[in-house]
Amino acid sequence: MSSDSHKSVEEQVKIYLNVFGALLVLTGVTVAVSYLDVSFIEAFFIAIVIATIKGSLVLGFFMHLISERQAVIWILISTFIAFLILMFLPLVSMTDHTNIW
Amino acid sequence: MSYKNEHHEENFFQKYVWSVDHKVIGIQYGVTSLLFLLFGFFLMMVMRYQLAYPETPIPIVGWFFSESNGIMLPENYNTLGAMHGTIMIFLGVVPLAVGAFGNYLVPLQIGAPDMAFPKLNAASYWSYFVGGVIMLASFFTPEGAARSGWTSYPPLSIFESGQTMWLCGMIFLITSSLLGSMNIIVTIVQLRAPGLTWFKLPFFIWAQLVTSFLLVLAFPPLEAASVLQLMDRVAGTSFFLPSGLVYAGNAVEAYGSGSPLLWQHLFWFLAHPEVYVLILPAIGIVGEIIANNTRKPLWGYKSMIYAISFLGFMSFIVWAHHMFLTGMGQTMSAFFQLTTMIISIPSVVVLTAFFLSLWGGSIRFNTPMLFALAFLPMFGIGGLTGLPLGVAASDIFLHDTYYVIGHFHYVVAPGTLFALFAGIYYWFPKVTGRKLSESLGKLHFYPSLLFMNGVFMPMFIQGLSGLSRRMYDGGTQYAHASDILHWNEFMTISAFCLGAAQIPFILNIFITLASKKTGERNPWNSTTIEWSAPSPPLPHVNFDKDVEVFRGPYEYSVPGEEKDFCPQTEK
Amino acid sequence: MSSIPYILEERPDTGLNNSRLGIWIFIASEVMLFGGLFSAYVFLRFAAPEGEFDYWGSKLSVPMATFNTLMLITSSVTMIMSWASLKMKQFDKYKLYLGLTILCGTAFLAVKYFEYTGKFSHGIYPASSTFMGIYFTLTGLHVLHIIGGLFVLIYFWGPAGSRMWKENPDLLANRIEVTGLYWHFVDLVWIFLFPILYLL
Repeated sequence: MSSDSHKSVEEQVKIYLNVFGALLVLTGVTVAVSYLDVSFIEAFFIAIVIATIKGSLVLGFFMHLISERQAVIWILISTFIAFLILMFLPLVSMTDHTNIW
Repeated sequence: MSYKNEHHEENFFQKYVWSVDHKVIGIQYGVTSLLFLLFGFFLMMVMRYQLAYPETPIPIVGWFFSESNGIMLPENYNTLGAMHGTIMIFLGVVPLAVGAFGNYLVPLQIGAPDMAFPKLNAASYWSYFVGGVIMLASFFTPEGAARSGWTSYPPLSIFESGQTMWLCGMIFLITSSLLGSMNIIVTIVQLRAPGLTWFKLPFFIWAQLVTSFLLVLAFPPLEAASVLQLMDRVAGTSFFLPSGLVYAGNAVEAYGSGSPLLWQHLFWFLAHPEVYVLILPAIGIVGEIIANNTRKPLWGYKSMIYAISFLGFMSFIVWAHHMFLTGMGQTMSAFFQLTTMIISIPSVVVLTAFFLSLWGGSIRFNTPMLFALAFLPMFGIGGLTGLPLGVAASDIFLHDTYYVIGHFHYVVAPGTLFALFAGIYYWFPKVTGRKLSESLGKLHFYPSLLFMNGVFMPMFIQGLSGLSRRMYDGGTQYAHASDILHWNEFMTISAFCLGAAQIPFILNIFITLASKKTGERNPWNSTTIEWSAPSPPLPHVNFDKDVEVFRGPYEYSVPGEEKDFCPQTEK
Repeated sequence: MSSIPYILEERPDTGLNNSRLGIWIFIASEVMLFGGLFSAYVFLRFAAPEGEFDYWGSKLSVPMATFNTLMLITSSVTMIMSWASLKMKQFDKYKLYLGLTILCGTAFLAVKYFEYTGKFSHGIYPASSTFMGIYFTLTGLHVLHIIGGLFVLIYFWGPAGSRMWKENPDLLANRIEVTGLYWHFVDLVWIFLFPILYLL
């Protein structure tokens, strides 16, 4: 198991509990921040950043990506790029349209 | 790698129906997909009869149109068109190219005993089967089968009959593809025999790998979009319905605020990579057959691998060239034209490499090689005719005309399908232990090549004259079509002759299967690993001795060696 | 089947076993599935009249969704703890943590049930607006994934798990690891769904 190549399982358990704590705190922050009076774009940006931090903690530590092999990381990077293309190209093409739809 | 044999007795169902052996599953995919291809061909024959002789009763199947005395109504034509496309692509070509050829050959060509996940493999076949049954069953519902094009564009597809079953069928088919392609990727990465490094893999394996990545990443958005369209039809949502829509004279009672373009984006995000899924396995097969029948290594093997990898990546950013006429702005149009032009480069690299592979070769003109050679100019025509479609200025005129139909059929029919035929002739001896008859093979090949061109070449003429596609009467209502309408009868006759040309192929299969098995391991004197297994390979374990790889995939005519081929597994 | 290599042991040059690579590829396809729906959400929001999504979004219950977020985060921790317990050969702890995971997942479903029926009783359905349509579709698909995951978790919590522990504990650990990866992914989707649907 590549994920326990450096640490014993007991040490990993401590990390998991710390990550749990961080996720709880960040969830609280997510909700608290939603009550701030900011514009939509700012709110969107803050929400995505916090969600990304939480997501990275789950991906990195619970899903062991932090010690995972190159092959898997590259597959995920390609997927992420495909996801970004899917998200943004239709949107950008919408703003560049000559009519409403 | 050990080859411990499984010594439990399997009953008929375990061995031939619910089998998890990739060879049985590959044959299941092969037989099912060939039957669907035949059915799709019949649908086309009915359409072509209508186009040649509009407003006349259709013979034999006219009873289906009993309300109109055997004369085809516009909605019947639309159903035939939509289902011909859907069946050929999703139930015919892709399951044959990826499900049959991929599943059967990938483990064998990499020296593995089976796919990485045999049960998942069986699940993917049965999901395909269920999807196919749903699609076929849709013909017999009161609503009838889908009739909004294989592209299922809203708002029409939200209100038209038959779409709900089409969407349900698609969800099963997409799931099947996802499971299958995931299996192929893990198999290629993890189960390569000792010594089989990445650049010793046959080109066919690389082609299947890129194809599977395209399927894994591009299909899910269509699954998502199908769910959304299903919700629009069944749950009354309006993801794809704009506000203020009027259908058949009545205002549509939906919330509105949706976007028909959203469907187009999600659909083509898949459907463009899908066309590369259609061609890549074919290119892989042609590569194998050319190397084998020129007795030379493939020219530019590494360049081709880089080319198809680049092609796979680029295929994700060209899709809106199907949407040039949706009111797109200049910037987006320029972007997609640019990426579309760039993506033509890797295909040219591959085609050029194949042509150069012929130079100086000792060419053997057996049936697989004939089909593989014919693929080259046919795919060339298909590819070149794509260029005016990729440039917005000309696409404005050619979009939704017969030019488009000619273009894509050239790539898939005398393109991919010829490559798949080549593959069937080439690997038949491995699968069954018997070689198909060469005379029947040539009787299949020459007329097929002739009549393929007879059916599809005039479409460019019709399209350039402005004849629109998807018209049930073939254009008789339009004055501008009057001087090219006569081609319809010519094309229909060619299509029927093309059908007749498949009879030697079907006979060949049955006659050969009934003949005695020779069990020859390597009748083509090929180098790749599958030819070192028995013919057919052993159930569940494939090989009868451990596989270790010492050489590259195409060591033909190696100077200093006495044989003109050195198998990969020989030192 | 037993002749297929690298089911449990890692292949030296890739460092992976088959099922771990397989589940990551499956997760990649799921990213694109939910990605398709997310991109539909963004597209529709930009296309909708100003304030429409805010209006309909305000009808959702933030407290219920926050509770659900905490449920899933907890279930993620108990999931990884159940895997860690297996690696430390503590079968009872494995069952305890796995049971907690199932409980949290079920609690999530219960809250979703109340959310949905609450909406229906107020006459709010997917057809009520584009926002509601995409809300029900996104969360509905997520719920289906939770249900699927629970089926697998319950299977391994039951007699099958005990049997595997006796016959092939390493295989059980591998299966729980792979199931865990799927479960964490489902949690991950919710981590993004929660702010986007409920808070923005």
